[in-house]
Amino acid sequence: MALSKEEILTGLAEIINEVAGIPTSDVQPEKSFTDDLDVDSLSMVEVVVAAEEKFGVRIPDDEVKNLKTVGDAVDYIANATVSA
Amino acid sequence: MNAASGAPGSRILSVGEYRPARVVTNDEICQRIDSSDAWIRERTGIVTRRFAGDDETVVSMAAAASAKALADAGIEPEDVDLVIVATCSHPLQTPGASSEVQHLIGAVRAGAYDLNAACAGFCYGLAMADAAIRSGAARYVVLAGSERMTDFIDPTDRGMAFLFGDGAGAVVVGPADRPGIGPVAWGSDGSQSRLIYQQPTYVEVQRALAAGSLVEPVALRMVGPSVFRWAVTQMAPVARRALDLAGVRPAELGAFIPHQANLRIVESLAKALDLPPSTVIARDIETQGNTSSASIPLAMAALIEQGQVQSGQPALLIGFGAGLTYAAQVVEIP
Repeated sequence: MALSKEEILTGLAEIINEVAGIPTSDVQPEKSFTDDLDVDSLSMVEVVVAAEEKFGVRIPDDEVKNLKTVGDAVDYIANATVSA
Repeated sequence: MNAASGAPGSRILSVGEYRPARVVTNDEICQRIDSSDAWIRERTGIVTRRFAGDDETVVSMAAAASAKALADAGIEPEDVDLVIVATCSHPLQTPGASSEVQHLIGAVRAGAYDLNAACAGFCYGLAMADAAIRSGAARYVVLAGSERMTDFIDPTDRGMAFLFGDGAGAVVVGPADRPGIGPVAWGSDGSQSRLIYQQPTYVEVQRALAAGSLVEPVALRMVGPSVFRWAVTQMAPVARRALDLAGVRPAELGAFIPHQANLRIVESLAKALDLPPSTVIARDIETQGNTSSASIPLAMAALIEQGQVQSGQPALLIGFGAGLTYAAQVVEIP
């Protein structure tokens, strides 16, 4: 069952809030993980691991580097769930 | 051919520790790297760590911790059958550290060997001690984890300089009527051998010296985020396997004592195992840093000293690191 991008964004915001303590309202598609949200590389790993579990997708290490903004992550997860 | 006859089980009789005298703060580390006390505390949980002085070697620290463990257990050095030193920072290929330690502690009848399984060394060593006792190869075993990580860390490496510390922890393992050390769950993933490694190799250094060319100092390198990810995803199932093998439920654990690699890995694993609030989680890394194979016995010693665990309570140990290699088992607190 494919999720809408809004649902993915909400789910991702919950994860980021749990991992890095960032208010869910701050998690918007244009925000950069490192520059705007202060999500460091270790937190990113925790976010990715939680997202893999929550959305049932695989996000390999070399893809993680390309996920610069929240929007990048939402798009990646959306594409991955469609092709699953 | 005859077979030796062993004991039904083995158990840890005592823990001894040696922490180097010199305490090093995050501020001191940050004199040589662009970082801050707040950043280091947040990312790793480390507040201070110990650096060994010139007279605090892998051998001397292991011997000191082992002697304390023997005294505490009330076992005479002459009754020790085997000395195992788990280390990955003994600064020479040969002789290993264990024979010198055997000599220093007066274990005149003991065999001795070094064990290098990086940060999993102590758990592998416990498995070997348990097997030796149950098979009859030994009655009393001294197992020490001892490291001088700082000999191999580049103090200007922004990703590594704040993580590691030096020290030694040792246990005396002896025979028991029933298992006090559970079956080991171990494994290895050599496909990831380039995640944590020494560079250059000693041979590369030799060749450069012989050729009169420049070579960088030998140092430990690590692909941090990949190691972090491996640990938080792959080690929880290993920990669960150790619990299943021992027939112990998470709710029964008095303590969870994982290798003190990074406080966030410790907390992530504890969460994945769904431990009850009553299970104490070892956080020795806060004042000790990552001491590789010494980290688990040092953390165990700290919990006992602080009265956070009771003798006889089950504790889950798990070590994991360079190789990549890992081992876990449930033990009874001495």
